[in-house]
Amino acid sequence: MTTIPVAGAREAAIERPLFEALLRLADDRLVLGHRVSEWCGHGPILEEDIALSNIALDLIGQGSALLRLAGEAEGRGRDEDALAYFRDETGFRNALLVEQPNGDFASTIARQFLFDAYSVLAWDQVQASTHQHLAGIAAKALKEDKYHWRHSSDWMLRLGDGTAESHARAQRALDELWRFTGELFEGDAVDAAARGGGVPLDPPALEARWRSMVVDVLERATLRVPADGPSTRGGRKGRHTEALGHMLSEMQIVARSHPGATW
Amino acid sequence: MSAAGAGGSAAAKGAAEDGQWPLWEVFTQGAQGAPHEHAGSVHAADAEQALQNARDVYARRGEAISLWVVPSSAIVASTPGDAGPFFDPGNDKAYRHPQFYKVPRGVKGL
Repeated sequence: MTTIPVAGAREAAIERPLFEALLRLADDRLVLGHRVSEWCGHGPILEEDIALSNIALDLIGQGSALLRLAGEAEGRGRDEDALAYFRDETGFRNALLVEQPNGDFASTIARQFLFDAYSVLAWDQVQASTHQHLAGIAAKALKEDKYHWRHSSDWMLRLGDGTAESHARAQRALDELWRFTGELFEGDAVDAAARGGGVPLDPPALEARWRSMVVDVLERATLRVPADGPSTRGGRKGRHTEALGHMLSEMQIVARSHPGATW
Repeated sequence: MSAAGAGGSAAAKGAAEDGQWPLWEVFTQGAQGAPHEHAGSVHAADAEQALQNARDVYARRGEAISLWVVPSSAIVASTPGDAGPFFDPGNDKAYRHPQFYKVPRGVKGL
C-alpha cells in the first residue's frame, strides 16, 4: 500500500515538522476559503452572500498568514504567494473534507459545520503556542472561527428542523461528508515532532469534544448522526480526491499565467 | 397609527411578494455610552439570524461594539401628513431651547 514516493515524502516531512504542520493548518483554511468564495455572487439572498464572503475572506486571511510562517520555517525563500499558487496538488496538506465541492447550500453548510467545530478546538490548542506569531494568529482565528461555528451550526438547525426538503438535503450532505471527518483527528509523527517545535496541536485529543459539539447540534436539528464507516484519508500526505486538482487549476491560473504580476 | 399599520402590512405583503424574508431594522452602537443609531436594514427569518446578518452587513469593519435588531413592522412612524401639526409649532418657541445658559468651559457632550 505504501509506495516509495510516499515513504520518501513522509521522511522529508519528519525532517521539517514545523513546515509540514504549518502547511496542514494553512492549507485547510486556504482551500476551504477558496471553496466558500465560489459562492460569492451566488448566495441564496444578499445577506447570506455577504456572510459567506466574509467567512471565505477570514479563512483565506488565516491561510495567507500561516503560509507566510510556513515559508519562513522552510527557509527556502518561498512566500505565501509562492506556496499558494506554485505548489501542485501533491504538495497540498489539507484534509480531504475541505476540498469537497460546494454541492448545494446544505452541502456547503454541512462541510463548514463539521470543519468549524474542529477548527475552534484546534485553535484553542494552538493559541498556547510558544511561537509568538503563531499564537497571535491562533488567538485571532479562534474569534473568527467561533463566529463561523455560530453561523454554520445555526444553519444546520434551520435546515435540519426546517422543511422536509431542507431536512433531506442536510441529512444527505452529512451522510456524504461524514467519511471525511476521521482524517481531522489522525495523529502522526509529524504532529508529535511539531509539538516539540511550537505547534501544540494534538488532533486525536480533540475528537471526543468535537463529537459532543456536533452531536448536540444534530440532535436539536432532528438529524441522524451518520454511522462511522471506513474513513477516507490521505490529504495530510498529499494524496487528494480529484476535486482538489480542478479547484487548484482555477485558483492558480492567473498567478501562473502572469508570474510576478502586480496590480 | 394607521400609517404604522399600513406600513407593517405592506412590509409583510412585500415579504410574500418578493420572496424575501421579513425585514429588520439594525441599530449600531459605536462606543461605550454612545447611543445606538439606525444603520440600515436586513432580511432574516428570525431574530438570531437578523443579528448575524446585521453583524455581517453593518459591523464587519469594526463599526460597532453592540447591535440591536428590531422587526421593521414594530416601528411606528409619523407620516408626511403629520409634519405640520407635529413639528411646525416648535419653530417659533425659542424659549423651549436651553440656549440662554452659558456652558461652562471644558464641558463636553452637551
